Amino acid sequence: MTAEALAKVVADRPLPVPDAATGPYWEAARGERLVIPRCDDCGHYHFYPRTLCPQCSSPRLKWTQVSGSGTVYSFTIIHRAPSAAFATAVPYVVAAVKLAEGPHLMTNIVGAAPDAVRIGMPVKVVFQKFSGEITLPMFEPVETA
Amino acid sequence: MANLRAAIAGIGESRVGRVPDRSALQLQTDAAQAALADAGLKISDIDGLLTTPVRVEHWNMPCGIVAHHLGVRAKYLSTVDIAGASGCGMIHQAAMAIGSGQCETVLCVAGQNLLTHSTRASAVKSMAEGGSAHPQFEVPYGPLVPSLYALVAQRHMHEYGTTPEQMAEVAVTLRRHASMNPNAHKRELITINDVLNSKKIASPLHILDCAIVSDGAAAAIVTSAERARDLKKKPVHLLGQGYGCRHSHIGDTELTTTGAVDAGAAAFKSAGLKPADMDFAQIYDCFTITVIVELEDLGFCKKGEGGHFVEGGRIGIGGELPVTTHGGLLSAGHPGLGGGFFHVLEAVRQLRGEAGERQVKDAEVALVHGNGGVISIHCTLILGGAAA
Repeated sequence: MTAEALAKVVADRPLPVPDAATGPYWEAARGERLVIPRCDDCGHYHFYPRTLCPQCSSPRLKWTQVSGSGTVYSFTIIHRAPSAAFATAVPYVVAAVKLAEGPHLMTNIVGAAPDAVRIGMPVKVVFQKFSGEITLPMFEPVETA
Repeated sequence: MANLRAAIAGIGESRVGRVPDRSALQLQTDAAQAALADAGLKISDIDGLLTTPVRVEHWNMPCGIVAHHLGVRAKYLSTVDIAGASGCGMIHQAAMAIGSGQCETVLCVAGQNLLTHSTRASAVKSMAEGGSAHPQFEVPYGPLVPSLYALVAQRHMHEYGTTPEQMAEVAVTLRRHASMNPNAHKRELITINDVLNSKKIASPLHILDCAIVSDGAAAAIVTSAERARDLKKKPVHLLGQGYGCRHSHIGDTELTTTGAVDAGAAAFKSAGLKPADMDFAQIYDCFTITVIVELEDLGFCKKGEGGHFVEGGRIGIGGELPVTTHGGLLSAGHPGLGGGFFHVLEAVRQLRGEAGERQVKDAEVALVHGNGGVISIHCTLILGGAAA
């Protein structure tokens, strides 16, 4: 998605409504930091956020800043928009990114032509502000020499 | 796991396709009456009722609404919601209610006028925001339901060399099956090139890789094996069942192996059978890639070989393992949560020898598999014409 196309979908894009469980994630994103839960007992990182560690069931979870580096685990080029808000953005890329710390997350790949996106491509997080409250983490390819 | 000694004694479906003259409750009534007639039973013989939620209307308690509408005096009733696996789940949960002595004869019914109710745009929007994508961590990025399965397809292609042509062959085969099903929604034959040249939705999936949207309802009557023996039609027995769920959202998980591994293994174990014993398989087919992944996870072929498995007519009627012989969600019809229930009905028709032009020769044992969410939640049944 180009910056121009992205700008067009700012107005109507369905934005997350942070809640008690996810507030710290969106607050960190607002400050351009990517945080995910890490277990204080076993050290396991996970995402999306849960109340108990999926590895050891401990409730002692702490939002922890991660590197923001990862690779494209899978992707799709969307040709048919899910709603009017995205109609001007097609074709755009929805991807599952595997973070260096292990967990996967869904995102958009920006800063690259959709046809140039490949599985395994190294990417890093960038932040796109959509409102006073919501900044969405997205990913762009890492420049390789 | 104890054999529940339950059997399917009657099946029925409404008209399927575009049925603008029938509401959701009318379609369910049509299906229920057809199932009662098939079994030779009356409403007053029914003492249990299971149904699923619908999307077209707000029903605060679907099982209560449906039971009252049909005039069922239920000793047991419940709304089953395991998404696309609900059709298979209703059969097993009816069997449990009968096995526990709570009731004797359960009507399972599901369906709605999803096509008529939905303008195209609103259907697309509700599919995008209707719960399969995580509201905070996925929906803001603009995924459509097909794009979630597209992530699975792309990864499967990357890991195992699966091709768009192989996925297309699933759509072509199921359409051929639907062409022999008089009640199927889409019956015109298609070719691999038709699929590959159809509109791109979310790469690598084309519109003909995706399930259709239909009006329609399906019903089945489950009772004890003893009672079923005395009814009008040859009973079809529940021989085994299993469930599995390995993730809730597709964005945070491995993409090419699913909870169908657990559901299938449990079902085969409880039936004391193995994949090679199945005469055909009614595999859930919301997208072409779903069939390929499930054939692997259920043990019909090794992981990664699903693309090859569906080639060369192997999953067609007359092939090594006929798959989804009524035409499935890709062609026969998909009215939402009840869509996978038609797979059960077709298994019953085949096992009775009533499938007409599309009859699988000597069909005695079948697997039926339902999948919900984005290959998230699974229920597998093993059905047979003879009691275990």
